[in-house]
Amino acid sequence: MEQSYGIFLYIISLATMGGMYAMLTLGLNIQWGFTGLFNVGIAGFFAIGAYVSAILTSPETTRHLGGFELPYIVGFSASMIVTALIAWGVGKVCLRLRSDYLAIATIGIGEIFRLILKNETWATNGPRGVSMVPKPFESLAEPYNQLMFLALVLVTVAVIYLLIEAACKSPWGRVMTAIRENEPAARAAGKNVERFRMEAFVIGCMIMGLAGAFTAQYLKFIDPNATELTTTTFLVWVMLIVGGSANNKGAILGAFLMWTVWSASEILTSRLPDDMAIRTAYVRIFLIGLALQIVLQKFPSGILPEKRPKPSGSHE
Amino acid sequence: MLEVKDLNINFGGVQAVRDCNFTIEKGTITGLIGPNGAGKTTTFNMIAGALRPSSGRIIYQGEDIAGLPTHEMFHRGIVRTFQIPHEFGLMTVLENLMVVPPEQPGENLLHTWFSIGKVRRREKEVMQRAEEALEFLSISHLRDEQAKNLSGGQKKLLELGRTMMTDARLVLLDEPGAGVNPTLLLKIREMIARLREQRGYTFCVIEHDMDLIASLCSPVIVLAEGTVLTQGEMVDIRRNAEVLDAYLGGGED
Repeated sequence: MEQSYGIFLYIISLATMGGMYAMLTLGLNIQWGFTGLFNVGIAGFFAIGAYVSAILTSPETTRHLGGFELPYIVGFSASMIVTALIAWGVGKVCLRLRSDYLAIATIGIGEIFRLILKNETWATNGPRGVSMVPKPFESLAEPYNQLMFLALVLVTVAVIYLLIEAACKSPWGRVMTAIRENEPAARAAGKNVERFRMEAFVIGCMIMGLAGAFTAQYLKFIDPNATELTTTTFLVWVMLIVGGSANNKGAILGAFLMWTVWSASEILTSRLPDDMAIRTAYVRIFLIGLALQIVLQKFPSGILPEKRPKPSGSHE
Repeated sequence: MLEVKDLNINFGGVQAVRDCNFTIEKGTITGLIGPNGAGKTTTFNMIAGALRPSSGRIIYQGEDIAGLPTHEMFHRGIVRTFQIPHEFGLMTVLENLMVVPPEQPGENLLHTWFSIGKVRRREKEVMQRAEEALEFLSISHLRDEQAKNLSGGQKKLLELGRTMMTDARLVLLDEPGAGVNPTLLLKIREMIARLREQRGYTFCVIEHDMDLIASLCSPVIVLAEGTVLTQGEMVDIRRNAEVLDAYLGGGED
């Protein structure tokens, strides 16, 4: 009985984290999948969102900037607005770069943000992080608090999915795909490529910031370790590629699937003898790499490949 | 309609176009010929906004448009095709055309989310226009084919089709006949002539097929080494000793 309750709670946490990763993959999908923007700075935008929300909602302390104790909704909205503004600034500087140079630029900028958050101790408490972040529904009894939080995450993912799906199926998405497929031709078709790329970049980053805010509220704590590149940039890329780039359902599927592999591998490796357990961190990364290889051998375009929608004016 | 004045562009040390001057009159099909490397496509790129001239002016309907971005040129009615077809490979032929019309409400995210009806009505119009273009080009059967699967000649037709999806005034065709079989070439020639008559387009055509130029273009401008060598009717140009030397008789092609 006790054990099955434990498994039940584990599945809830698995689904919650999977949902937050689904936000990240959906955000990346707008940028990479539909528009072809090679953003490797996910961790930076995730971190900004997480810290903004954590600082705005947490109680007064002398260790870092804070004491605003604002409602969650303000934390979530502010994290999106701040990330969007910063993404706009980054986009102004970087978006003219070609794909691989954009990758190098964004990874650098992402790291700069993370290092600022780590070192501006007056605001973020440095490496010790922001703690006592309130969690929505925490006054409810277990497991209802967990279930309600999960529901909040899933509803948010669903709303993001519906909005993005509608956008990608619309003429807006058609322009995005055209830019990805052939930028000079998109320009020759009169499209203001800079404007469209900026929109995709800002919207994608906003969603990444929101995912960061959710993570901070969920863990009740955020520190620089929670924004490591392995788990908040590269894992997200693997999720999107495995699930199916340019397919929003694929992005969500990849997030839940790979998070399950990642999380379950921790259970397995934690049972190993101590001297081997030290190496387990690397074994898990190896497992993710292996999973990526296997999936790409069988599904070169991801499990759910891109499916171009029929134009909405189609003969019904 | 369009006047190129003292146009220059440098790439590093190379001056691809130097002190180039010519005029494209409204309603004409003006030919632009010359040996490889004469600066024909470079000139096109400057008129279409893909390259910024180092100096000089491009006067279009009384306004200096030199250096404006491509989409600004497009909105003024200047549309171009590419020498090597630039299709949107993974999109269908129909979608390739539907991308083009300007100011589609569905290109604004707020409209796609909140004015679904408006977006949908416009999509119907755009699709109808695209289908008409496909019919004109007689490639309706390729409507739902992915553009990357088309043959070279079909991609050329698609390039031409894109110019029909907007209210173009000046259409720049970069080698519409390159790599196209003789039968299709005749069709393309006929289409260009019809588009001028029916829609009032003005054309400027880069082409190496002298028969196509002779039967379609008047006047013809000859470029060599980045500057205008001569211009006039094709019959006269064929007799011009300088042109024969630089291009037609030179056997460079």
